[in-house]
Amino acid sequence: MFPYLSVLIWLPIAAGIAVLVLGDKNVGAGRWLALGASVATFLVSLPVAIHFGTTTADFQFVEKVDWITRFHSYYALGLDGISMPLVVLTTFITIPVIIAAWTVIEARPAQYYAAFLIMEGLMIGVFSATDALLFYFFWEAMLIPMFLIIGIWGGPRRVYATIKFFLYTFLGSVFMLVALIYMYVKAGDYSIASFQSLPLTLVEQRYIFIAFFMAFAVKVPMWPVHTWLPDAHVEAPTGGSVILAAIMLKMGGYGFLRFNLPITPDASRELDLFIIALSLIAVVYIGFVALVQQDMKKLIAYSSIAHMGFVTLGAFIVYQIVRNTGGLQGAGMGMDGAMVQMISHGLVSGALFLCVGVLYDRMHSRQISDYGGVINKMPIFAAFMVLFAMANTGLPGTSGFVGEFLVIIASFKASFWYSLLAATTLILGAAYTLWLVKRVVFGPVANEKVEHLTDLNGREFGILAVLAVAVLVVGCWPAPLLKVMQPTIHHLVDQAVASKIPV
Amino acid sequence: MPETTMTWASLAPAVSEIWLVAAICIVLLADAFAGETRRNLAPTLTLIALAVGAALTVLYANVDHSTVLFDGMYVADGLAYTLKLFGYVFVAFGLLYSRDYLEERGILRGEYFVLMLTALLGIFVLVSAGSMLTVYIGVELLALSVYAMAAFDRDSGVAAESAMKYFVLGAIGSGALLYGMSMIYGMTGTLNLDELAQKLQGEPNLGVTIGLVFVVVAVAFKLGAVPFHMWLPDVYQGAPTSVTLFIGTAPKIAYFALTLRLLAHGLGGVVVEWSQMLGALAVLTLVVGNVVAIVQTNLKRMLAYSTISNVGFIVLGFTAGTPDGYTAALYYTLIYILVALGSFGVILMASRKGFEADHLDHYKGLYKRDPMLALAMMMLMFSTAGVPPFVGFWAKLRIFQALWETNHFWLVIISAAMSVVGAFYYLRVIKLMYFDAPPAVYPPPQHSAGVRAALGLNALAVLVLGVIPAPLLDLCSRLIH
Repeated sequence: MFPYLSVLIWLPIAAGIAVLVLGDKNVGAGRWLALGASVATFLVSLPVAIHFGTTTADFQFVEKVDWITRFHSYYALGLDGISMPLVVLTTFITIPVIIAAWTVIEARPAQYYAAFLIMEGLMIGVFSATDALLFYFFWEAMLIPMFLIIGIWGGPRRVYATIKFFLYTFLGSVFMLVALIYMYVKAGDYSIASFQSLPLTLVEQRYIFIAFFMAFAVKVPMWPVHTWLPDAHVEAPTGGSVILAAIMLKMGGYGFLRFNLPITPDASRELDLFIIALSLIAVVYIGFVALVQQDMKKLIAYSSIAHMGFVTLGAFIVYQIVRNTGGLQGAGMGMDGAMVQMISHGLVSGALFLCVGVLYDRMHSRQISDYGGVINKMPIFAAFMVLFAMANTGLPGTSGFVGEFLVIIASFKASFWYSLLAATTLILGAAYTLWLVKRVVFGPVANEKVEHLTDLNGREFGILAVLAVAVLVVGCWPAPLLKVMQPTIHHLVDQAVASKIPV
Repeated sequence: MPETTMTWASLAPAVSEIWLVAAICIVLLADAFAGETRRNLAPTLTLIALAVGAALTVLYANVDHSTVLFDGMYVADGLAYTLKLFGYVFVAFGLLYSRDYLEERGILRGEYFVLMLTALLGIFVLVSAGSMLTVYIGVELLALSVYAMAAFDRDSGVAAESAMKYFVLGAIGSGALLYGMSMIYGMTGTLNLDELAQKLQGEPNLGVTIGLVFVVVAVAFKLGAVPFHMWLPDVYQGAPTSVTLFIGTAPKIAYFALTLRLLAHGLGGVVVEWSQMLGALAVLTLVVGNVVAIVQTNLKRMLAYSTISNVGFIVLGFTAGTPDGYTAALYYTLIYILVALGSFGVILMASRKGFEADHLDHYKGLYKRDPMLALAMMMLMFSTAGVPPFVGFWAKLRIFQALWETNHFWLVIISAAMSVVGAFYYLRVIKLMYFDAPPAVYPPPQHSAGVRAALGLNALAVLVLGVIPAPLLDLCSRLIH
């Protein structure tokens, strides 16, 4: 069989190295090579999405080669219903990121494209690895290009932001590694499947849960370990922000679904209130924090944290539903919502950061107060910005609605109060996003600089149009996405509620 | 059984040492006759000698089972064979990196290379030691050569100071080793490590325990484990960088072998006693090494503290007290040397005549001046920080595994936390090279393409071994088991 996943991982990495070798002198060729590679990667991911079997929770497009025989660790890849959509999201989002940099990045452009291509390969590796050691390998390797992206092309406080980003995530991951090794010593190999079926006592599960929690909570990021994100986002170049928000944050959510719930189900059941509480704090408190931001990127960054709160809420709501209803009826709805929310947030936050990038390239300011009345000079841009803002607030018909709606309904089954708190996002999200749009887009032309703004060029229009279509498609017709995920989510719910404590 | 007659067949496994002694004489004589004008003769001859030595070792010393020579004084086994080959390679690379540096400072003299070879001989003797006496001979041969190397730049006050410190503290270490060995000899009546391993089983008596303490102190001294690390930062900083490179690389093989042969093998019966001591040393070493490295402004001194923290990991491998732990320590040692070789190589290449690139600020904007050097250094720094896809990650993973298998919960947690602390100062080097603008226009460093290729190969090895770690992991495992 054609090794789709290996191609998806190594094609962008090879292209990235080629761009790096071409260097800044041949950046014209490098640029087209980068674009070609990212489009090719996306095209390769299409058959994966089309031929993906929607009746099984098993891994598909499986590849398995010996890697480190001594540790029984394999170069093992495979996709299921929760990783496949994320892989396609990754291949999709990388294209606008490459295009968005076209004329904007002037310093060391070759390295910029190379970093993003290598990053793309590594991120696909994270989602498709079915061997825990391989997963960790990609997971950590991903930090290197991101560290450089923020540090080299970032804003004035980039060094602080990137070192904070690196150390935060590194600290979290190291303890995950310790937990993985512990389970390897018990299970005898590094396959994630054997970790999932490994019986563990409650005490062991608690420690492992906390280790995973440290890694994934930082990545999501959950309150109170979210403080690296606004710094990283504000300082990162546009492309870096897009990848961070659209893909890297999803890895935390993916980790919770892939590791915490199936590997430590009993500890998850015991500690679910803890996660729910943190998620609700993220939704409510961070929503208020977003309201007072003066910096557009910071506002979207805080909005991301609040939206990701829905992901963790949806993932862990299952226990309370089972407790209340005594059955599995509707238990998967929260996870469905979490997954849709991840995809949707990937598209919407990516698009919003690209919008901010469009403004920043013209005005070199991210301060909301520097803008006003942009619609008068950039009507097409304003239309897109308003659309994505609506998607961010969860307007029905956009992708933002589906995920939030599913999670709120699921949390209603668990507890009225959860859903009440979660539903505040409908007000808060609308408040901070629409207020942002009002101050930036609407009103009279605020100053001289805005007066000289020019509307979107063809390149920018293309990127935003494609994203807009994607947002609307997922919003109006989420059924295919839900169908792809369904067997896997079913299986995941079964795993999450079954006890693993040895008798 | 002791051999009664000496034949070529019985000497063949010791061909590395025999050849080195011959090579030392040749280089010394050739340099004496070559005179002042042909300075480049000695390094070239030394390189040839290393290559020939490696070839001879492969041809004659590749034993398929452990062979004992010279009345049990000398052991030739797979481990010794492989470590010697690594020794040749590491020393040859170190020589390539340091030649230009020595020439620019006017200390390119034949004696330097002779000392290098005698140090290598000491390493080989130690690696093949079958008796405590051989251990001591190896330790001293190595140490005395290295003291002289540290003082080689005789007009430099710092170098003389560091050599003096090295000598005095090193002598205390050697003294402790000798004292401990004599006590153990007094209690057991044997110097032979095999016999010692058989005699010392179960609860040791007080005399052996006291002897053991001295041996552990000596080992800690030689490795540079806290609180016996005081010499290390001063020597690393004060010695000429080429000497720092030498001290930081090949001798680590010898000190690994010292720990393995003496503690893990000879005193293997009392593993419970020394593994506790090593555990405490390892924790101290990790904490002090990593925390103190953060505040350093001199790159050589920072790398010295980084060495200390890496030594902490090697000691942790021994703390596990199992063959798996020793395997992890061996793997870690080899990887550490590979990375240290490259890192000091970068310092050597960033330096020029009259300019020592040993301050962290000298690396600001290195990317602009020399992209290849910066890229190599970045890979090396990420590797020591333990970030995949570079090989340093596997070295740390191997240590964690060995500790988990022996249920050292707290050691795993502490070492994991310390590796995050360590990441900070490695990142800072990358930050200086890539994110900061160069402060002034330095002339680009000039080095021959061959030397640069060697460094490139070194950095590439860090990446390739990281992506395909299985062969070296298997090799290390095979050597120990």
